[in-house]
This record gives sequence, structure tokens and C-alpha cells, in this order.
Amino acid sequence: MPTVKFTYALKRFFPNLKETPIPSNNLPELMEALEKEYPGFRSYILDERGRLRKHVNIFVDNELIEDRENLSDQVKEDSEVYIMQALSGG
Amino acid sequence: MKDTLLLGTRKGLVVYRHQSGDWKMTESHFDGIPVSLAYEDERNGHWWACLDHGHWGVKLHRSKDHGKNWEELTAPTYPEGSEIKEGVPATTRLLWAIQQGGRNNPNRLWIGTEPGGLFRSDNGGENFHLVESLWNFPKRAEQWFGGGRDHAGIHSIIVDPRDEDHLYIGVSCAGVFETKDGGQTWRACNKGLRADFLPDPYSDIGHDPHLLVAAPTNPDIMWQQNHCGIFKSSNGGQKWVEVSQKDGPANFGFAIAIAEDNPEQVWVAPALSDTHRVAIDKSLCISRTDDGGKTWTDHRKGLPQGHAYDIVYRHALGVNQDHVIFGTTTGNLFLSKDRGENWQVLNNYLPMVHSVSFGQ
Repeated sequence: MPTVKFTYALKRFFPNLKETPIPSNNLPELMEALEKEYPGFRSYILDERGRLRKHVNIFVDNELIEDRENLSDQVKEDSEVYIMQALSGG
Repeated sequence: MKDTLLLGTRKGLVVYRHQSGDWKMTESHFDGIPVSLAYEDERNGHWWACLDHGHWGVKLHRSKDHGKNWEELTAPTYPEGSEIKEGVPATTRLLWAIQQGGRNNPNRLWIGTEPGGLFRSDNGGENFHLVESLWNFPKRAEQWFGGGRDHAGIHSIIVDPRDEDHLYIGVSCAGVFETKDGGQTWRACNKGLRADFLPDPYSDIGHDPHLLVAAPTNPDIMWQQNHCGIFKSSNGGQKWVEVSQKDGPANFGFAIAIAEDNPEQVWVAPALSDTHRVAIDKSLCISRTDDGGKTWTDHRKGLPQGHAYDIVYRHALGVNQDHVIFGTTTGNLFLSKDRGENWQVLNNYLPMVHSVSFGQ
């Protein structure tokens, strides 16, 4: 099943966050599963319309996802999904 | 006197306490995270922190024990299908005003946001719902627009202590709105205001009241530091009268505060102009009127005169009995213990200060 990895920056808000296998092959379902595992998580990654936040990125197998609106990018059985933030600010 | 000072800054919530006659920084919370507002609910002493994460969205946190422990609550969210204007989905961009709902409604709380939605909680902030009647105000999508932000935002909420269903809000840019039924119906209160940036400066809608305040001792006396000057109403916003200082500094600015014991005594933090957002002559002053805006005096003793670029944001000027405190965009924090006559530096090394408020 796909495995989700996270930027260390999210550990500040979700101290128990760790590499998580999720039995799902689409990103919206995967986000729902993460929300159950880590309550409140979804709102850090997606806005209330379900769109990827402007300064957050999701990579699937080292490829940046294309559909930031509906997260329709394909996730394979052995995919590695990486959630990270844009590196910006000061 | 209230002995706690909460600062919302670009890098966290900073706490000062009044100890042995001086204000001393005692702690900070949410280090590194922008705090748009820090606020104490005077009814129960709960602290509220409105966060504006650059990456992770806006968040709402509450502490019931003066900052020892914090809990994250669900920040206001716009219902499915809400649109700022046609084709632009509404999402919460900023928590820009927070106000307790009055002592007769101990669990009521109001939050104002960009892009222009007002939210209400009736369970102490556990969850909020959009005030649909205001969101559906006629022509909101066409006539409300951004002022300093991408979209219109509610930065001021006044709850009338004599009737807690009677509220005013300030919207940039749209103007002042009033409800007398707890938010079911609304009407605009912008008569007498002037908006030089509009095709029709006397339009009913489209004004930019940078901050709206009401006098604690007489809530019918209201003031606003508007984009186009300083305006006062003596009849609960039915009519506004300009009280800017002709040929003086008390004209353009963002912040305004009223004395707790005198509706005619008011402070503003002047800036040069909307096209030159720096301190006038690169020198800081706070202007005060003691006679309801007939005359203004600028107070500078102890404030930097020359080479100062500070601007005072709309929520960053506070009054606590004789003490007046303001924080600036360049991270300075100044205190006057005598209503502005003399000033002293409290800090030169803070992050940009978004908000200043007092608690017990």
C-alpha cells in the first residue's frame, strides 16, 4: 500500500506524525485517512474547499502533483507520497 | 488597571505584565508564527490567538489558563458553495477581528475575516458559523473590495453593552454596518463619510474605515480612523462628521483609541499618506484630542524624531486607564503612562506588531 511521508515542519503541530502506510489509491481518500489518524491534519494541508494550500506541495513518487484543485493525480499500490511545504519567508 | 499586555506579532504572541510599576516581557507563545490578533475575553479570562501560518492556513487557539496550555479549535470556515464573487470560492484568508458577545450571552463570540465574512459562535468558540445575512448583503460581491488585502475584510466588531444584539462592524472596503437583531438584518451606516478614492466619494458603500471604535462610557459616540481622515459620530453611526486636523498630522493613519473614561478624548497614530506609508517627516508622534476632535495636539516627547519609518497598524494602539501603548511595523513598542504626554521605549527589537490588547 502507498506510504505517506511528511516534512519535519509538521511535527511541531502533530508530534506523533510518522511515516504512515495508507490503503488507498487516491489522494482525497488518503487525506481523509490521515485526518482520522491525526485529527486536524487535513486543514493544515488543504483549504476548506479541499484544494492544496498555496504553499504546500505533494509529491507522488518524486513527481509534484499536477491537480492542486481536486488532487486527482494517480497513486499506485507502491507509491511514496511526500507532503512538504514551500521553502519561503523570513 | 489591567496588568497584562498581549501583543500579536509577525513572529508570535508576546506577553508583557505590569509588575512593580513597569511593563515587563514575561513570555512568548507560537514563536515564529504570525499572530494576526491576540485577545483576552474579559468575561472569563480566556486568551485567544488568531494565527496566520504562511503555509498551513489560518488557525484559532484558546487558552483557559493565561497561556499555560493552549488548544486548537476549528477556525471559521466558509460553507460549501460560498463565493467571494462569481467563480471565486470563499476560504478564510485572515482572522481580522475577534469580540466577545456580551455578559448576557456568555458563550457568544464574533470573528471577522477576510474575505468579508462575519462568524458567530454560541458555544464559547467550539465552532463558528457564517452570518449568512451579512454575506448575502445586497451587492456585496460587486461593491465590497479589498483594502490592503486581496479581498474585503472585517476588522472591527462593536457589541453594544446595553443591547448585545446591537452590533456594528467595520469593513475595508465597504464601510460601517449595523444590526439590531443579533445579525439577522443589516444596514449601512456611512452617511457623512467621504471616500476620495471612489468615483462617487459619498457613495453609500465602498468606504474604508481603517478602525471603528465606540466609547466605553457612551457607545453612541463612535470614532473611526478612516482612509480619508478621522470621523466621529455622536448618534450611533447615523451621521458621521469629519474631525481631521486641518494642516496637521492627525489625518491619515490606521489606529485609533478612545479613553476609557471620556468619549471625547481620543488618540490616533498619524502616517504621512496612503501614497507614502511612512511616519510624517520620518518622525513618530501620537495625536490626541481632548475635545471631541475640535483640536488636536501631537505628542512627541520620548518618540524618535527623524529616520523613523514606523507605521502603527490598526489594532496596534491600546489604552489602559492612563497608559497608552503602541507597537509598530518595525518592531518598536512605546509606552506612555500619562495619556501620551511623555513616551518611553518598551522594546526596539520585536517583530512587526499586528495587535496590542490588554487583559487582567
